[in-house]
Amino acid sequence: MAKVSREPFFWAMFSSGGMIAALVLPAMALLLWFAIPLGWVEAPSHADLVTKIDRPLVKLALFAFVVLLLFHWAHRFRFTLYDGLQLSHLYGLIATVSYGSATILSLSAAYLLWSFP
Amino acid sequence: MNRPEGPNSFPRADRAAVNPSYRLYHPKWYRERYPIFWWLERFAYGKFITRELTSLAVGYAAVLLMFEIWVLSEGQQAYTRFQELLVSPPVLIFHGVGLLFLLFHSVTWLNLAPKALVVHLGRKRIPDAAVLFGHYAAWLVATALVVWYLVGR
Amino acid sequence: MADSITLQIQRYRPEEEDEPVWQSFEVPRRDEWMVLDGLNYIKDNLDGSLSYRWACRMGVCGSCGMVVNGEPVLTCATYLSELGPGPVRIEPLKGFPVVRDLVGDIQDFIDKLASVKPWIIRDEEQPLSEGEYLQTPEELAEYKQHSMCINCMLCYSACPIYALEPDFIGPAAIALAQRYNLDSRDQGAAQRMEVLSQHEGIWCCTFVGECSVVCPKNVDPAAAIQRYKVKATAEWFKSLLMPWSKR
Repeated sequence: MAKVSREPFFWAMFSSGGMIAALVLPAMALLLWFAIPLGWVEAPSHADLVTKIDRPLVKLALFAFVVLLLFHWAHRFRFTLYDGLQLSHLYGLIATVSYGSATILSLSAAYLLWSFP
Repeated sequence: MNRPEGPNSFPRADRAAVNPSYRLYHPKWYRERYPIFWWLERFAYGKFITRELTSLAVGYAAVLLMFEIWVLSEGQQAYTRFQELLVSPPVLIFHGVGLLFLLFHSVTWLNLAPKALVVHLGRKRIPDAAVLFGHYAAWLVATALVVWYLVGR
Repeated sequence: MADSITLQIQRYRPEEEDEPVWQSFEVPRRDEWMVLDGLNYIKDNLDGSLSYRWACRMGVCGSCGMVVNGEPVLTCATYLSELGPGPVRIEPLKGFPVVRDLVGDIQDFIDKLASVKPWIIRDEEQPLSEGEYLQTPEELAEYKQHSMCINCMLCYSACPIYALEPDFIGPAAIALAQRYNLDSRDQGAAQRMEVLSQHEGIWCCTFVGECSVVCPKNVDPAAAIQRYKVKATAEWFKSLLMPWSKR
């Protein structure tokens, strides 16, 4: 397997992230960015939300969710730079920056969720 | 070694052995420079690049979700201030665009899913339309679950 | 309807010029003529030096692919009368170096096609006494679509990745690799995976999808590639998590 690249791993992250984003994000964005702040629905109270999030399974799910979304972004954005702006000569740099920032953001999310509230 | 001249006389395998990054060099062949804005030249390419740029909305949604969770941890007042920020016109417009990008991602992603996910039940291949229907059904279910969990009593 | 139509053709004569130039020709506008008939008219009557490829003139050999009004098409399968009043712009396929006029060098495609081993690979041939390899209609249906490829390379011209990444194997080659991977008689998927699963193999592909749109034979290379990505990813995880299992 010496010649097989590591791309399959990142592609797996990208495609799982893409699927979960496709299924969940529109509803989440509609609620969190519009319906709740604008009062289209009865907004959950601050205490309600804290309780709903402060459960181990929910925290774990949120962490996995965010990691997949970030790595979906990283992989797709990386190739958009290679092809859209023809930056393939910066292959290593772009890969490092995109997956690196996804990793850093994921670790921040882990810390945030672990210490919540 | 006497090699005859000509484009097919030095097979790629041999070239690779001599110099792995060798490219067959014919100075008289014209190699057109691919334009940097190739994605503006055809509608299909423009649609493709827009689809790829939806990843920015996905990444933003993840970051904002984490930010909102952090704001929740900062207390009731911080959360109220955050909600007020969300309804300010520039933010609403920005999020409107973001939501459109997220919807575009969903539709393009789900529509292409049957191409990648070929499912067999025993010897029978599940038709693409059924796979597509299954994905849209999953979208409906996921939406219901999100709504139920966030605003359900 | 006008009697004639203008064909604007990209000429390139390396012995005379450093860059391609456009040259216009007036050809008769006949209802039943294809673009190829227009080109043949030019070569027979107007300028015998015009260089281009063609053979069967009926859409099965894959020789006559060119970019007509910005779209990669088979010139033998495109009616002149359906291209509007003109002028009609004709250029060689994108992504290949231009040797002369409308002729591109396709050696890169040939090499890449050969590298995916587009033939039935068996660990052991079935002895003659056992007769033919039998295949059910369902097994045939698995790969039949991808077997329709005529190697016309319109997909390579439509694919921006092929133009940008010199080592990308490209739609037709991957589709043909899949034609064999999905064939129930074939046992060579592991050998092909080595070639395909390198970065240049399939992972450059970002599913633009134009390859399938321009394919004159409905081979759907884009679907072949995405399906293979799923397979290759599954194999990668399997070999990572269960290295003892033989593929």
